[in-house]
Amino acid sequence: MKKVVRGFYSVAYAVKLCKPQVICAYPITPQTEIVENLASMHANGELEGCEYITAESEFGAASILVGASAAGARVFTATCSQGLILMSEVLFNAAGMRLPIVLVNTNRSLSAPLSIWNDHQDSMALRDAGIIQLYVENNQEVHDAIPQAYKIAENRKVLLPFMICMDGYKLTHAYEPIDLLEQELVDNFLPPYKPIAYLTTKNPMAFGCYAPPHIYMEFRVAMQEAMDRARKIMLDVFKEWGEITGRDWGGHISVDFPDSKVMVLAMGSVVGLVRKVVHDLKKEGLDVGFVKVRTFRPFPIEDLRNAIKDCDKVVVLDRSVSFGYEGPLSIETKSILYKYSSADVYPFVIGLGGRDIPKDFVEKLIRDVIEGRERPQFAFKGYREFEEVVP
Amino acid sequence: MRFFGRGHGACPGCGLPIAVKNVLEALNGKCFIVNPTGCLEIISSQYGKNAWGVPYIHSLFENAAAVAAGIEAALRAMGRKDEGHVVVFAGDGATADIGVGPLSGVFDRNHDIIYICLDNEAYQNTGHQQSALTPTGESTTTTPAGKILPGKTGRKKDMVAIAVAHGIPYAATSSVAFPADIRRKVKKAANFEGAKYIQIHSPCVTGWGIDSRDSIKVARLAVETALYPIVEYENGKLVSVRKIKDRKPVTEYLKLQRRFRHLFKHPKGQEMIETIQKIADENAEKYGLDIK
Repeated sequence: MKKVVRGFYSVAYAVKLCKPQVICAYPITPQTEIVENLASMHANGELEGCEYITAESEFGAASILVGASAAGARVFTATCSQGLILMSEVLFNAAGMRLPIVLVNTNRSLSAPLSIWNDHQDSMALRDAGIIQLYVENNQEVHDAIPQAYKIAENRKVLLPFMICMDGYKLTHAYEPIDLLEQELVDNFLPPYKPIAYLTTKNPMAFGCYAPPHIYMEFRVAMQEAMDRARKIMLDVFKEWGEITGRDWGGHISVDFPDSKVMVLAMGSVVGLVRKVVHDLKKEGLDVGFVKVRTFRPFPIEDLRNAIKDCDKVVVLDRSVSFGYEGPLSIETKSILYKYSSADVYPFVIGLGGRDIPKDFVEKLIRDVIEGRERPQFAFKGYREFEEVVP
Repeated sequence: MRFFGRGHGACPGCGLPIAVKNVLEALNGKCFIVNPTGCLEIISSQYGKNAWGVPYIHSLFENAAAVAAGIEAALRAMGRKDEGHVVVFAGDGATADIGVGPLSGVFDRNHDIIYICLDNEAYQNTGHQQSALTPTGESTTTTPAGKILPGKTGRKKDMVAIAVAHGIPYAATSSVAFPADIRRKVKKAANFEGAKYIQIHSPCVTGWGIDSRDSIKVARLAVETALYPIVEYENGKLVSVRKIKDRKPVTEYLKLQRRFRHLFKHPKGQEMIETIQKIADENAEKYGLDIK
């Protein structure tokens, strides 16, 4: 049944259907209404068998979930920006302990300067944590992603935290008609969490041991292997989801107009706009296609390589920057093309801190690449020169 | 020992295993242990050499209270509360410095856990650096006695008062010199619903600079000089203290330990000793420790 709801609710309602046993969070704009919705459900008795804890910080919230997850509970939190990086010490630790914590990050820029608006700098800061990262395009996709995230994270061959990245404001605050899931469908799709190892007095085990040099590396190699297995398991889960709901969001990537001479890459809420621009240019007769990158970790190495290696030009629209180099998506893109392709990569960083990304701007950028007015080198696009105290 | 011991790597004379064994015995092993980074974690949880016979988790340095709260919440949600108590064993730095924020959150929400602070009065695992529970006058590697400074000049943070101020049902101190007191207090704490705080004074032979065989003697002197008052609060009310017969001067305690030895020759040493004696006198007065 379709209902017009905001992004927050599409998350909270899906979380409820997944029957988490411990929810713990700390308010931060623009995430807050997700946990407010869950708090309201809890207060109204709609979250049966679930403890809802108001933590004293995001650090505390993530730590509480480490304990709860290690005890065998299905858990949920949501955060973003400063909250996510405050959680980061705990989240790196949770990944190492192989705890399938599911969290929603409502992507927001990082301070300083302080900004509550959207870009991808926060989640990219956790790129190397051992956390699965999925970027969504709209509020139906995030709604659908939540049961899938639990199913993937809790798979015994994966057991890694799963972070769904939805753009703050652009999605969280947007009203969209959402086909809200039925409890029965979710119950059939997502079995209760049965951990292979958990804290119990019936079979005492130790979590979070310390590992001297003779054994530490083996644990880290195991994380990489889990990520590699996740790459395949995610595709199976995505496919199953498409079959039971009729909504196929693609695999790790989804491609419009494959085999075009110019391919444009983007992630998150800007996908809808960029796709529209590419479709318009295609209608004009320009040889251009589009790749929506959904999974950032594990990185879809082969899928993305196969989608772009034979084209001439790849335009990468990053929403964050690794200062001193380029945007993370362009870095990975260049890396997977090494020795496979002679395509030129156009690495552009756009829309930091909620800077508007108008349709005309994207259209001009792509047209300039196609028509040879841009060079294949890193550039910020859509900013003004200005004089500051610190240059 | 069923619950703790096999293969642990504590120094001879270390107070930590004494405290841990007595707590676990008092609870008959019906417990989940959360242990932040520190001495106890390093001596007991190396991969392949796990010394724990009870479920155990180490996460980070500063989040043990929160992890414990999460375990407790999960047990409640899953109907497994009867499996056992959730117990934290944390060092003084993890408790009073880096982890005090999450601990305050846990006290505030009154999660049903027993939080044991194993107080050896400095960051001993990393080689004896000052923490908030390092006492006045102690020379540590970060508050060294030098030509000008006579060791730590600030006071030991009153964590028991902080715990009591949160309105938690039970807060107490104890010492490894009095194992029966530890067991009694843990058993008592276990009967309260909500957050319980027990701070156990525990000598560190390397950090304090004492002979292994003097460990308990020194711990006992801390109590007998009133530098480490043994107190017990229930629902905010002081219900018991360990009385002292013929309270000893603090110098008897200080002179046995390398960490205080500078006080006997430093230009400001005498002044510091007087300050430390004043702290002991205030403790005796505040808690009514002296048997007159």
